[in-house]
Amino acid sequence: MQIGKRIHWLSWLLLLAMTLATTAQAQLVVDIPDGRPSAIPITVVPFAWESAGFPDSTDLAEVISNDLTRSGQFRGLPRNDIFERPSRGAQINFANYRQLKQDYVVVGRVQDGPDNTYRIEFELHGVLKQDEQLALAISGRPGDLRASAHQIADLIYEKILGVRGAFFTRIAYITAKRQTDNPEYAIWVADSDGFNPQRIVWNSQPFISPAWSPDGRYLAYVSFEHGGQSIYMHEVSTGSRRRLTSFKGINGAPAFSPDGRQMALTLSKDGNPDIYVMDIASSRLTRLTNHYSIDTEPTWMPNGQEILFTSDRAGKPQIYRVPASGGNTARVTSVGDYNTRANVSFDGRKIAMVQGNKNVYRIAVLDRERSDTGTVRVITSGPLDESPSFAPNASMVLYAAREGNRGVLYAASADGLVKQKLTFGEGDVREPAWGPFRPR
Amino acid sequence: MNTSVRALLIALSCAVAVGCAKKEVRPEPPAPEPPPPPVQPQTQPAGDNWTDVALLGSKPCLVARTAYFDYDASNVRSEAQEMIRCHAKWLQNNPGARMTLEGNADERGSREYNLGLGERRGNAVRDLLLANGASSAQINVVSYGEERPVCTMSDDSCWSKNRRTEIVYTVKQ
Repeated sequence: MQIGKRIHWLSWLLLLAMTLATTAQAQLVVDIPDGRPSAIPITVVPFAWESAGFPDSTDLAEVISNDLTRSGQFRGLPRNDIFERPSRGAQINFANYRQLKQDYVVVGRVQDGPDNTYRIEFELHGVLKQDEQLALAISGRPGDLRASAHQIADLIYEKILGVRGAFFTRIAYITAKRQTDNPEYAIWVADSDGFNPQRIVWNSQPFISPAWSPDGRYLAYVSFEHGGQSIYMHEVSTGSRRRLTSFKGINGAPAFSPDGRQMALTLSKDGNPDIYVMDIASSRLTRLTNHYSIDTEPTWMPNGQEILFTSDRAGKPQIYRVPASGGNTARVTSVGDYNTRANVSFDGRKIAMVQGNKNVYRIAVLDRERSDTGTVRVITSGPLDESPSFAPNASMVLYAAREGNRGVLYAASADGLVKQKLTFGEGDVREPAWGPFRPR
Repeated sequence: MNTSVRALLIALSCAVAVGCAKKEVRPEPPAPEPPPPPVQPQTQPAGDNWTDVALLGSKPCLVARTAYFDYDASNVRSEAQEMIRCHAKWLQNNPGARMTLEGNADERGSREYNLGLGERRGNAVRDLLLANGASSAQINVVSYGEERPVCTMSDDSCWSKNRRTEIVYTVKQ
């Protein structure tokens, strides 16, 4: 009798939880086209809730499956096609998954840990050999379930592909609501899938160019709040911030060095935009370029020895490089009339950029892995794509696109074969910046 | 009664419609620029008092405050040159006058490069003002890049309106 009552009560909570889950999903529109044929088929079975506590609204399996699918490397079996609910390896009927042409099955369960924590046990099984490839447990506090799911997706990704996953990371982006009586520009930080957005700073004047510090503690950005531009360095967790520059003219394009001690930036205080490097502790500036053209958008090579930047010194904007301590510049891009806003992969092998002609602007990736000059692959279709930002493992590229009158963000696999639109509430969304790996 | 209710309803729906229409128009700035005025004769007719502040609001070449630019270009088009010369003369005759030149770009391409383009367009107008008698202490250049469009459709007609330098007097005389 009492048990029956409890089950009744639980089922109501489950229903409530499912409703909440649906509401939370609404902020993110999943839009995955056919993807690539080589994507690895994987089934993430809904995890069993074995905790005595109220079921959480987070659908762990869905978060994990969406993460893996969004990367373009995997194809998660749609929920409707999952017809049984094993939660342990021994319960998996492998023949069924062979029939569904699945390569991997993930099962798991949520249990209670000590001191108001939960413990998620999960297993990764290969379908062909019916072998257990991973069996791990992750603990966390209530409210961290999505974070745990992203960490599980990272572990699965790494086990199968041999590359660290980048789902348990954060992204920063800018929103603009201009067509109202009270225009508002804001910088946000969210999970890599767009969930848990937090407004970091906002103003009636624009913000542009958010950039992460390598430890993920700070965001640097450009604010127009004082009329012209100022560059700020803002601690994400506390909200305390420091104004780094507010010179006459342009103060733009901040970029932390890989060791986090220096900031490359653009200043036009001496007449026209040039690249400078600031020692953050002392605020001492070193000028790297001195040319009457527009030099801007500095970005560091991962070794910290070289800086890439945009310059129109040859007439049209192209990507150049200069030693971080100063010296001779050299042109990097050779194809096309308009190449700007370089973003470098963690290993320095790939450079994403905006490649344009008069009316179409797309994201291109210069791959220098195979040859010195490299091969260029256009990975988006335009017409107004901008602000490419690699995931810390370079598997994906975030970028901004315009649809109708609105700015939206896309996450694309690095080869461009899979794209997912991330939609956040109202207004323009722009300038995504993918944050670094977080400590596990 | 029926009629008054209907009248009220019509009034309400008008209010709603106006509200909606207004919202659509919002992206335009509060004071849209009039189309470029006809070119003024070089010699000013006698009687123009170039220290009379009313002139700023009445003389067409001083009322005009926006210079437009071609794609990825910062050379001042011939149609804007007379207007800029007019403002240079105002600055020359009113040494206390101060202005900010706000340079802007259209939305295409990257934001920071467009910030550079906007500054270049502001500087192009500044240089022409200086060449015609203004003094550098009177002029401040600020770039807004692509952040302050006056028109938000992604097409040529909007882009051409957004590639501009706006003259904003901070001190008129």
